[in-house]
Amino acid sequence: MESLLSLAIKAIFVENLALSFFLGMCTFIAVSKKISTAIGLGISVMIVQSITVPANNLIMNNLLAPGALAWAGFRDVDLTFLGLLSCIGVIAALVQILEMVLDKYFPPLYNALGVFLPLITVNCAILGGSLFMVERAYTFTESVTYGLSSGFGWALAIAAMAGVREKLKYSDIPDGLQGLGITFITAGLMALAFMSFSGVKL
Amino acid sequence: MPRTRKQMLVDPLVDNNPITLQVLGICSALAVTSSLQVAFVMALAVIFVTGFSSMFISMIRNQIPGAIRIIVQMVIIASLVILVDQVLKAYAFEISKTLSVFVGLIITNCIVMGRAEAFAMKNPPVASFIDGVGNGLGYGLILMLVGVIRELFGAGSLFGVAIMPTVNNGGWYVPNGMLLLPPSAFFIIGLIIWAFRAWKPEQVENREYKIQAVEAH
Repeated sequence: MESLLSLAIKAIFVENLALSFFLGMCTFIAVSKKISTAIGLGISVMIVQSITVPANNLIMNNLLAPGALAWAGFRDVDLTFLGLLSCIGVIAALVQILEMVLDKYFPPLYNALGVFLPLITVNCAILGGSLFMVERAYTFTESVTYGLSSGFGWALAIAAMAGVREKLKYSDIPDGLQGLGITFITAGLMALAFMSFSGVKL
Repeated sequence: MPRTRKQMLVDPLVDNNPITLQVLGICSALAVTSSLQVAFVMALAVIFVTGFSSMFISMIRNQIPGAIRIIVQMVIIASLVILVDQVLKAYAFEISKTLSVFVGLIITNCIVMGRAEAFAMKNPPVASFIDGVGNGLGYGLILMLVGVIRELFGAGSLFGVAIMPTVNNGGWYVPNGMLLLPPSAFFIIGLIIWAFRAWKPEQVENREYKIQAVEAH
């Protein structure tokens, strides 16, 4: 239990996907102009992340890992090189299914999050989360924790960024820095702030 | 407007750079630039993938049904990335370890998808290949620029060869350690964007609010 908690804290603050691994930067920069949309996108990422990371974990360990196909009689088969393809396939399929389920059973939620779901398939934070899970060989429980908390970390970062940008648009910025440039520098300052968490040990 | 092949290759370098203007593919641009060697390998990998994925997608563009085109594009891109990943693991294992998940993340690099969707679906293979390579080069240019700044001033070396001997090794240069840390990449790209826009003022974004002088009564 304790190790799971420390994994969660680490994934949210110390190894924040957006600010210390720069994952999902394209959407992070593009969709952080308003707090409300940023929070909507953040929640969608959190939901998708906490479904896809465990799902990919199951597929990786039970179908693709070396010797995982022993039950089917293929004792020496090693399919790990298919990992990338299966990860992105699972993500694309799950996002599609999630969209349909939300549309059918939870229309209010679909109306709030629907526009963001297609964006999420190509969000590198999602694929990155799954690939980190594979690289660090998490167990199933760890992957559930990691998925949820890394998604939360990303949501936290984009919501904070949107808050800063809403204030920033009233300030007098040099012409060349206007828009994209100052956004990068703000993100840099936020990343510096998040680095101060790296001393946290549990 | 028909463009010559040379224009297609050169345009994305400065005038229509994928990173500074189209805001595509930033994720990996920031993460892999702490040393020049890694940035160089990454740039090559992206140029290869954008070039060939654009070409292959353009070859079968008339056969792809519109509704499932994203999946088809994804499969082609993912196959090329797996190829790059396996080659790196076989011949440059150390570098592939440093790049870790970022090779896999070329799949979701928006430059690749963006070029496939915006250019390759409407244009013949050769033109698409050149366009893909051009955009890969534009991406590589920024990557190398950031890599040079970070490695030269952060560690006093280029490609691992010491240019400015650091104090630790008995030299004179006190390295700026912050440049090797993640946040510096944001600052450097922000400043590069500033420099590009100072040079090409037509790229400057419009302000949402203007500061006006109010007359005193």
